[in-house]
Parts: sequence; structure tokens; C-alpha cells
Amino acid sequence: MKKNREQTYDVIVIGGGITGAGTARDCAMRGLKVLLVEKFDFTNGATGRNHGLLHSGARYAVTDKESARECIVENMILRKIARHCVDETDGLFITLPEDDLNYQATFVAACQEAGIRADIISPEEARRIEPSVNPSLTGAVRVPDASIDPFRLTVANVLDARRHGADALTYHEVVDFVVENGEMKGVRLRNNLTGEVFEQRAQLVINAAGIWGHQLSVMAGVGVNMFPAKGTLLIFGHRVNQMVINRCRKPANADILVPDDTVCVIGTTSDRVPFETVDDLQVTPEEVDILIKEGEKLAPALASTRILRAYTGVRPLVAADNDPSGRSISRGIVLLDHETRDGLKGFITITGGKMMTYRMMAELATDLACKKLGIDKKCETAITPLPGSETSVLTEKTSKTSYEYSQRVMEGRHGTMTSRIRQQAIEDKALVCECENVTVGEVKFAVEQLHVHHIINLRRRTRLGMGTCQGELCACRGANVLCEVADTPVQKGMQDLTAFMAERWKGMRPVAWGDTLNEAQLTGMIYESLCGFNRVADEKKEIAK
Amino acid sequence: MVEATQIESKSKLNFEQCLKCSICTVYCPVSAVEPQYPGPKQAGPDQERYRLKGAEYFNEALKLCLNCKRCEVACPEHVLVGDLIQAARIDYSTHTPSLRDRMLANTDFVGTLAHTFAPLTNFALGLKPMKAVLHSVMGIDKHRTFPSYAFQTFEQWYKKHAHEQEQYHRFVTFFHGCYANYNYPQLSKDLVKLMNACGYGVRLLSKEKCCGVALIANGLSGQAKKQGEVNINAMREAVKRDEPVLTVSSTCTLTMRDEYQHLLHIDNADVRDHLMLALRWLCQKVDAGEIKLVFRKDFKEKIAYHTACHMERMGWVPYSVRLLQMIPGIDFMMLESQCCGIAGTYGFKKENYERSQKIGSSLFKQIEAVNPDYVATECETCKWQIEMSTSHLVKNPISILADAIDVEETRKCNAQ
Repeated sequence: MKKNREQTYDVIVIGGGITGAGTARDCAMRGLKVLLVEKFDFTNGATGRNHGLLHSGARYAVTDKESARECIVENMILRKIARHCVDETDGLFITLPEDDLNYQATFVAACQEAGIRADIISPEEARRIEPSVNPSLTGAVRVPDASIDPFRLTVANVLDARRHGADALTYHEVVDFVVENGEMKGVRLRNNLTGEVFEQRAQLVINAAGIWGHQLSVMAGVGVNMFPAKGTLLIFGHRVNQMVINRCRKPANADILVPDDTVCVIGTTSDRVPFETVDDLQVTPEEVDILIKEGEKLAPALASTRILRAYTGVRPLVAADNDPSGRSISRGIVLLDHETRDGLKGFITITGGKMMTYRMMAELATDLACKKLGIDKKCETAITPLPGSETSVLTEKTSKTSYEYSQRVMEGRHGTMTSRIRQQAIEDKALVCECENVTVGEVKFAVEQLHVHHIINLRRRTRLGMGTCQGELCACRGANVLCEVADTPVQKGMQDLTAFMAERWKGMRPVAWGDTLNEAQLTGMIYESLCGFNRVADEKKEIAK
Repeated sequence: MVEATQIESKSKLNFEQCLKCSICTVYCPVSAVEPQYPGPKQAGPDQERYRLKGAEYFNEALKLCLNCKRCEVACPEHVLVGDLIQAARIDYSTHTPSLRDRMLANTDFVGTLAHTFAPLTNFALGLKPMKAVLHSVMGIDKHRTFPSYAFQTFEQWYKKHAHEQEQYHRFVTFFHGCYANYNYPQLSKDLVKLMNACGYGVRLLSKEKCCGVALIANGLSGQAKKQGEVNINAMREAVKRDEPVLTVSSTCTLTMRDEYQHLLHIDNADVRDHLMLALRWLCQKVDAGEIKLVFRKDFKEKIAYHTACHMERMGWVPYSVRLLQMIPGIDFMMLESQCCGIAGTYGFKKENYERSQKIGSSLFKQIEAVNPDYVATECETCKWQIEMSTSHLVKNPISILADAIDVEETRKCNAQ
């Protein structure tokens, strides 16, 4: 990157979540010279901590028609441009005996109005197509919900941005803005790995930092009225359901169960939290209780299914400028031109919205950026497949060999990019993570192509450590492979590993009973007693203790 | 309400209780010799999560599993690893059984045919040209010799002796299985001899079918389920008469007790506890003082005991060992518990032969080194494998006991 420091970008996009990545992609595709900066890792914020639900929009149909319409439009687009990130599961909205069945008619009418296909099916049919569903349901509606992997989606956007000439920096935090004569001229960046601070200039700066955009707006002196809303979710050990299951009632806590990859996720809760807590959110026992209690109403098997971990994220809710109290908060997209709003030229904020509508948000922000820069080029992100999704790699055939099995798993993660993963040599075929079947070849690919510096990046790019054992067996192997293929110094690798295991334990702790507690104890035995890792750890960090 | 949930964790065949310790893979005889096999942990609980995501994640390499169930013995968390692998093959495999697979699997049908023409079958199956044809056309390995078929099946013999059995006051019901009917009826006769000496008459099931283990292994679980239901229904009659259902083959026993339930979803809960190897029943009776065995003074033999995999799984080795060690003239020695490699029809298949022999090689070496008069084991396919691969003969402990007892004295002690 040193060579680029002298260079002036057209646009600097702040935030390595899905909005930032999508905006960087759109800007780059329109010919702008783009720099994307992220203070930690891609998907470290709300993007990596949500349901992974490709909303049909049905959930918002009754209460927020605009969001519902946006969702169904983007739903259909993402199925095409990001097919390797999407699992086309379909979804059910079920009515339980305690719910009002009359709501179903309102719901279906609202869906139809928003352009969302919603078919009423009988409870018997619902039980047949989704055997895990609560058998006492009194009604069901089938909608085009699906599941989507936010990690892959974000990285695919970053890859495509780079393919169109963008630069991307992870672990680079904006510590100040460069403002000259009331005009935004660039940012001061701190490399969070080395501590080095330097300046990077651009004609435009786009704030796409989610809830962290609040602090940025304060730093820029423009102030955006945001309200962090915390949402907690639980991950179960395997897929209990094959279709998304929602409650057919006004949106409430813990009423969506999504089959994501090899697991299923119940969520969410929703609570306003103070800004100071957003970097260190804790899952509370009350949240876990409500998620379990409501979750088993959707699928009774959840009552006796192993819970792998709990996690929590922050929605960046934005209040309208004329509503400082935040009483009437919308989940709609908010695009702020700070030149017209605050007289700060060269600064744009894109926020609000949802992961579902990231592409639309990116399009709006890029349209504004192009207008400011005098560029007249149409948005093509809705018709251009993302890297990995150029063609379908889906197959119905079973795998003949373990090699083919590995291939299928990788295709599920990387789509057409799988052909770039080396799988011929015996050492490349060797497994690093057994639960999620991550091979050495896949790790090498991630290191070379997907911005992997630490083992935690590797987890988000490959699912290493996301399986049943939560890193028990794979984390040390993964750290070892990184030392070899990414030239990580051993001491550094050991520190990363310790931090990684501490992070895994953080998610297991709120649900540490039964098998998950057993697993944590075995993990503790391996890392502390066998490997002696408690001695390498920082004083504050713990491993499965 | 929340307090009542999440108290226990349930999952299909306990797959989610796996703590990933990998000890099952350490004990897997296939993993030890075959790098293409993913190993029980991966083939079972790990890949199960992907299979639940989509059938395309089923890995045909699972057919390399012997179904020895040593993984289940090793597992400290009671994960039914072997059952998981077999269930996955039943649920997802798209492989259609070949003519060879069907022939190997249908032990009942083939047995009926073969014994009808026994002299011819035995002669033909032993011929080199026939073996060559079986090897190249059918894919049955040329090194293998089919067990010879008897001229008279046990069932035929029994019909002539059924009235004698009804003379007794107490009864056991006997599930003989295919081998002790078609190939080696002497084993069944030994069982009858032993039971009679102990004062029990032997009855047969009103209807008996092959337990179906080979059908399950060869992708014919539908047929196995039908046969299983016939067997369990027939056993129910015996249980109602308050008779135990006794067996001589360890594998048939495991199949009917556990796999019927776990893989074929046959409800056998009311029968399961009454169904057991005759050795276990006998040992418990002797221990309880209800049966007394008197042995011949002149019986002197050196016997090495081989732990068949399914004996290990059922945990019944101590019963056999205790009974054999009661024989005063026996020079008894335990071989190391390990798989002999044949695994029923598995080892008969050309593509598995080499792997089969590799798995069993250290066992064969140990047998040669010990040099016993006989090897004792409850599994007939272990017998074929050991007899083919070593210079030693193999006997079922039932036959050894039948030979070692002093029939008259035992009869007197147990007369009522």
C-alpha cells in the first residue's frame, strides 16, 4: 500500500461491513478509484452478527411496506448475483394456537400488495414440507425467504471491488478527518496492527460504518442521530429445520429460525443499548432464556438440541432529523449528503437499512457520489454476478470419494472460485478443520486471496472453528498452517490462537451446559493443560476456563 | 418452562454428543490401513451435519466402513458412530446393489439353493475355473472359498428330533441363523446337546428368516426390515412362553438387538432383553447356581480366544471367557482384541480383499505365534477369515463346551 499513499482516490469508503463492501464495489464498477478501509476485519460488526436471513420482505409487509418492497426486489437480485452465498430454502410463517389466525389474512394481503408471493398452506402440508415445525400449528404461509451467508457476501463484494481496481485495507482505522476550507479532503488512518498513522486523500469520503458511523459523524462535526439496538441470537449444533420458520404475527422477539449452512440460528432479541457498550456487548441470561423459550415454539426439537454459542450484534437504527428522541425509528435506508445537510463538502453517510438492502444502499450512495464527481455511468451491480456466482455449481449427485466431498463443501462456500483452490497435493487435501471440512488448500487460498492475517480472519472466510468443536481441534492446526503459509511469526501465532480461543469461549459461555460445557472442558484441557497456553495469554484473556 | 428445556441434548444416534476427541478414529481398523476412508468421526458425526444440509454431501467412501462398531466401543460419549454411518448409507447412497451384492446378501435364499445341490455346489465353488469366473465376472475375490454347504440342514435334522425335545420340562428357543443351518449344522447340534445336558429342551422359532445383516450391508435394507419383522414377531411368541431366545452367532445377535431398532426402526423393545447368545444365558445360569456343568477329565486343549468385533460391542466377551475357563483341562489364552478384517460379505468382495487381509494381519501373526490347538470365537465369518489366513482351525465356544462336558454327569446334576 505504500506506493498508493501519494495517490489521491476518488472515494474512500469507511467500513468493511456489507454496506461498505457493496459501496466500494459499486463505486469501482463505475470507474471510480476507490479505497475501502476497515478498522478490524471485514464483517466484524453487525454484518457478521445477524440472522443470515435472505428476507422475502414478508416480515415487514404489514408494518413497513417500503422495507418489504425493498426486500423482495433485493431478494430476487441476490439469488442471481450472489447465488453461492444463498441457500434457497423458502420460508414458512406459522400461526400457533396462542396467535390470532385472523392475522394471516392481513399478512397475506400485505404481502401481495408488496409483491411478495405468499401461499397459504394447510398445517398438514407445513408439517410434511418442514417436519421440524411445531406440530400444533393452526396455519402456515409459504414465502420466498432463504438463507444467505453474510461473510461470503461481503468478501465477494470486496473481491469484485478489487477486480475493478479498488484497494482494500483491513485493520486500518480512521482516527481523524482531513478537512480543509470546510471541505472533506481525506482521512487519517491508523494501522491497528503496527500503530502507524498516515494520511490518505480523496475527493469524497463515504461513511458506511454502521453504528460506528455515529462516532465518525461526531468526529466530522455533522452528527447523525443513531440509536444502537442490540440483537442476540443462538446457534444450534446442526440444521433442525430445512426452511426458515417465522411466526405469523407482528414482529417480536425470537420469532425467526433460519437454517444457515450446517447450523440453525434463532433470534433475535431487541434492546436499545448505550453507545459505550457497542464494542463490548454481553449476552445476558435473560436473552438466552427468551430465545430458547420462544425458539422451541417454532420447532420443539430446539428444546433438546445442543446450542453451540450465543452472539449479539448492533443494528444501526437512525432517527429522522426532525425526531431527535428517536421515537419513530424506521428501518429504512438513510442517505445523508453532508454538503447540503451540514455544509461539509465531500462527505456522505449511508446508513440504516439492512443487510438485505445493502446493494440498494450502495447504489444510492454511489449515485450521489457519481453526481458529485460528474460521472454519468449506470449502476450494474444488480445484473453482474459476484465473484463465485458466475455460474451455478450446484449438484444433486452424492460424492464418490472424500476428495469429492471436500470439493462439494468448498463449492458451497466459494462457488466458482473453488477452481482456484489447490487440491492436488496430498498436503493440500489434508484437513485443518474437521467439523467444517476446511483443507490446507482452502487455507492457502484464503491467505492469498481473501485478506487473511490472523486465524480469526480465517474463521470468517472459511468457517474454520465454527463447527461443533468450536476450535477445539482445528484452531491449533489452523494457527500452525498460518505460520507456514502466511509467515506468521510463531510467538504472534500463539497470541492470535489464544485470543481466538478466548473469543470462542465468549460465545460458548452464555450457553455453557451439557455437551457444550463438556466440549469446553476438553478444549480447556487441550489448550491449557496440554499446550500450556494460559502462559502465553495476555493476563486478561482466558481460554475456556 | 425454560428450566424444563435444554436439560438433555438429543440427536439422531447421539451424533451431537460427539466431543470430537477422535478416539474412535484411533480404534478404527479401516482408518489404520486405508487413507481413502474418512474415519468414523468424520464419516459419522462430522459429515452428518453436512448430510442434514443436503444429500449431495453424502460420501460414497462410507462403504469402506466394516461396521465393526469398535468406534462405538471406544466412544466415551455413547455416540452410535457405526450406526450413523450405516444409517447414512441406507438413507443417502445412490449405489444400486449389483448381482454379486444381492447374491452375497441373500444368505437365506442362496443357502436354500446351494444346500439342495450341496455336493455339486461345494465341488463347483472349490474349482479354480469357477473361482476365476466369480473373481472376474462377479467380483468375488478368488482367494476366498465359500463355506461348504451341508447335505442336511439343521432344520431338516431338527424336524426328526423335535419330539425328543418336547420331553423336557423347561425350554429355550433357538435362533440358529443361516450358517448354523445351511453350512455347519453341527454347531446347532452342539447347542442342542449342551442345552439338553443342562436339562433344557430346544425349540425353534415358528418362523425364522436370515437376520438381514448382509442385506443391510449391501444396500437392501427394505428386505432386511421385512425379514426382521418376521423374526421379532416369532420371538415375541417365545417371550410370551417365557423362554429366552438363544443364538450362537454374535453378529446375528447384535443385528437383531441393536440394528433392528437403530437402522431398520423395528420396535424390538419387548424382545431385546430376552434375545442373547446362548453363552451369556448359560454363564448367567451357572453363576446363579441354576445350572451346573461337569467336564470330562480327559479334555486337554490349548485354546486362543479371538474377540469378534460384535462381541466387543455387546460387551459379552467375559461370559464366553468365564465358561471356557471353567473347563479344567483347558490351556486358555486371550488374543489381542482386534478386527480380523473380513466383516461378513465385505471381505468377499474383490475390491476389499487386500484391505481385509491388511486389517487382520497382526491378528494372524499372533495366532501363528501362540500356536493353539484351536482358535475360539463366536463369529462364523471370523472363522472363515482366520482359517483361510492362518494354519489354525476355529471353533465356536459352544462346540468346545459341548465337547468338553461330561454329558451324563451334567445331565444328572441338572435333572429335575
